[in-house]
Amino acid sequence: MNLGLNRIKSQNQMTNIYIGSALLILSILDVFLNSFFRINISGSLPGSLSIFFPLIFGFLGLSYLRMEYSGFKFLDSLNKNVNTTNFNAFLTLFITFAILKAFPPALSWMVLDANISGDTKEACTGTGACWTYIKVWFKRFMYGMYPNELHWRINSAFLLVIGLGFVGYFFKENLKKYLALYYVVIYPIIAFLIIYYLISGGSFGLVWVETGAWGGLSLTFIVSFFCLIFCFPLGMILALGRRSNLPAIRYISVGYIEFWRGVPLITVLFMSSVMFPMFLPEDFFMDKLVRVIIAITLFEAAYCAEVIRGGLQALPRGQYDAAKSLGMGYWKMHIFVILPQALKLVIPGIANTFLALVKDTPLIFVVGLAEIAGMLALAKTNPKWLGFAMEGYIFAAIIFWIICYAMSKYSYNLEEKYKTER
Amino acid sequence: MNNKIKRIFPQLLTILFVVFVFGFFTINAQVNMDNRGIDFGFGFLSQEASFDMQFTLLDYDGQDSYLWAYVVALLNTLLVSFLGIIFCTILGVVIGIARLSQNFLIKNSAAWYVEFFRNIPLLLQIFFWYYAALRALPLPENAQPWFGVTYMTIKGYYIPSMIWENLNIFMSCLIGAIVAIIFIRIYAKKIQEKEGKQLPVFYISLALITILPLFSFLIGGVTLDFEIPVLKQLAKTSFIYEGGISLPPELIALVLALSLYTSTFVAECVRAGIQGISKGQKEAAASVGLTPNQILKLVIMPQALRIIIPPTTNQYLNLTKNSSLAAAIAYPDLVLVFAGTALMQTGKAIEIVGITMLTYLSISLAIAALMNWYNKRIEIKEK
Repeated sequence: MNLGLNRIKSQNQMTNIYIGSALLILSILDVFLNSFFRINISGSLPGSLSIFFPLIFGFLGLSYLRMEYSGFKFLDSLNKNVNTTNFNAFLTLFITFAILKAFPPALSWMVLDANISGDTKEACTGTGACWTYIKVWFKRFMYGMYPNELHWRINSAFLLVIGLGFVGYFFKENLKKYLALYYVVIYPIIAFLIIYYLISGGSFGLVWVETGAWGGLSLTFIVSFFCLIFCFPLGMILALGRRSNLPAIRYISVGYIEFWRGVPLITVLFMSSVMFPMFLPEDFFMDKLVRVIIAITLFEAAYCAEVIRGGLQALPRGQYDAAKSLGMGYWKMHIFVILPQALKLVIPGIANTFLALVKDTPLIFVVGLAEIAGMLALAKTNPKWLGFAMEGYIFAAIIFWIICYAMSKYSYNLEEKYKTER
Repeated sequence: MNNKIKRIFPQLLTILFVVFVFGFFTINAQVNMDNRGIDFGFGFLSQEASFDMQFTLLDYDGQDSYLWAYVVALLNTLLVSFLGIIFCTILGVVIGIARLSQNFLIKNSAAWYVEFFRNIPLLLQIFFWYYAALRALPLPENAQPWFGVTYMTIKGYYIPSMIWENLNIFMSCLIGAIVAIIFIRIYAKKIQEKEGKQLPVFYISLALITILPLFSFLIGGVTLDFEIPVLKQLAKTSFIYEGGISLPPELIALVLALSLYTSTFVAECVRAGIQGISKGQKEAAASVGLTPNQILKLVIMPQALRIIIPPTTNQYLNLTKNSSLAAAIAYPDLVLVFAGTALMQTGKAIEIVGITMLTYLSISLAIAALMNWYNKRIEIKEK
């Protein structure tokens, strides 16, 4: 794309810089004033020229500014980063203008014209977002239909579970060898007991709250937490099974993994809610939430297994041979030599699987569990609060985005950390 | 002897466990079905379905059988997946290349695009587009035309439909042109290997693919008409567009969300693929005198594609599986129609959920098999 723009440039570098920066500033000022203050300085131009005015002027300005070396630090970095070719200059202007144009409406909708006071729909008088809606429904979005005066039970259960999760960090040197045992066996059991007795209640003088009332973000956390701690050991067994040299075990593991990886989660959830009760003995009742957790665990375990298998395959054969030559049996070899190394390799992959798991949990809405997407659907159809779907979904999106972004950044950090150690 | 037992015992135990689980489930299912008076069987597939579908590609009404409903719903699923795959590929390639741009602004906008859409659950994105964004569109009577003849309204997107005459002649011309191009490419490759001469294959192909179908219009009697949607008043305040094709908002929301979400993953695959090619390859190619275009076509792309295609196919597979989220916004796909409505009507939970899962499973396994075959083919054969 050579437009022959070099011909109109002056021989004098300083003149070029003056003309270029004047044109560029003019074009950006035009867009800025237009979008922030609704002042149209190029409005007097005929027809569609006024729309393209900033683009053309900015483009000319940038091509005047483009030079090998100017001596000004800012200008040189501008040229190097955003103004290398005509095409690049065009894209730069386009993105800058798009941001400038989109910013004021978004800002005024989300902040300036938005309402947050009051607690009825009538309080929302502005043209912007109605955050009152979020404020009023906030407890529902977080805790579902769980009775308001019992929310402390959910909070304290979460605090306890998170606290126990950190206990491993304070293990003394001589207790370190039980760390894996703690996290794989003891911790899940304690966490289950805490959540069962504290959130469900029914004993120790606590009122029984049925799982149908659980909901909102706390349900998302409960489901993903349990699936997370259960799918990991199962995935490990499956990965070992797939690598086993015993044909029956290998084929069963392969069949299991390929089956669950081949079907969408939503059909698995349908299966758990309509088909699974048929498979249970007549008088045996299993709660829907438990069925859903089992279904997601079985599903995610297959993905987990594939990630762990990747780690097992990445280990050099020498590790196996060395362990065998020391006379270690299958289990000794895996527990003390292979798995500690393989698991370290796959930490980022596992973190990604967990991220996918958290992003999948809103699906339980489809089988009628009211986690945050379900509560939004409920709030959206409430006759007192019609027409605020946008605010609700943006709120939920922000929450999930923060959780998932933090997780992905954390997994990226882990990846970097273990990369350097090798 | 001891060794043999060590090998056989765990296998026997595993098989027994699996048999026990399956047996337990089967017996329970039998007892439960006996108690409820349901019998197992696929006879229901030929019964009349007696429900309607909002959007179909083939002719369907309530008098058709469940089997036909299954086929129509499966086609709807495949349509969403197909559209999603096309859009997510285009977007993903553009974003992936943009992430490698030297331009600071472009690189960062692309990175933020990826971070933004990747970290929001797909279901929420579908809900956002369907319940929030598309609900803000104008009513049919207030809609302004896009590109003159298409109308984006709250009731869907109305586009002109094409009315062909002698479509088969046109199609055969098109297929003929493609076959001819393949032959010319093979011939050109032979010539190049034998004599080192290069034929202008691209221009010949371009000419063939435009001229042959054009001839079918001039001589073959092929005609093409457009039926443009026209506003029609149904009642005092109810308007609708007639004629043309109407794409329901469910489809639009689904395709939008699926392609925006999956494009972030495709973009990462593309970026990784291009970054995976060492700089030396490019420099070596330049030093033997290839032009920049040839370097891209003959050296970079074949190697980059080897890295890009396997994970990207995986993403396509994910998109196809994720298209089952359609059930959440009532787009008549396989899960909603078959595992939802048909299941409610017939009560055949085991059969229907089984068929649905088997369908997705066979799609996945077929694509996986294709992928393995392709991987074997393009594998670098080291000597």
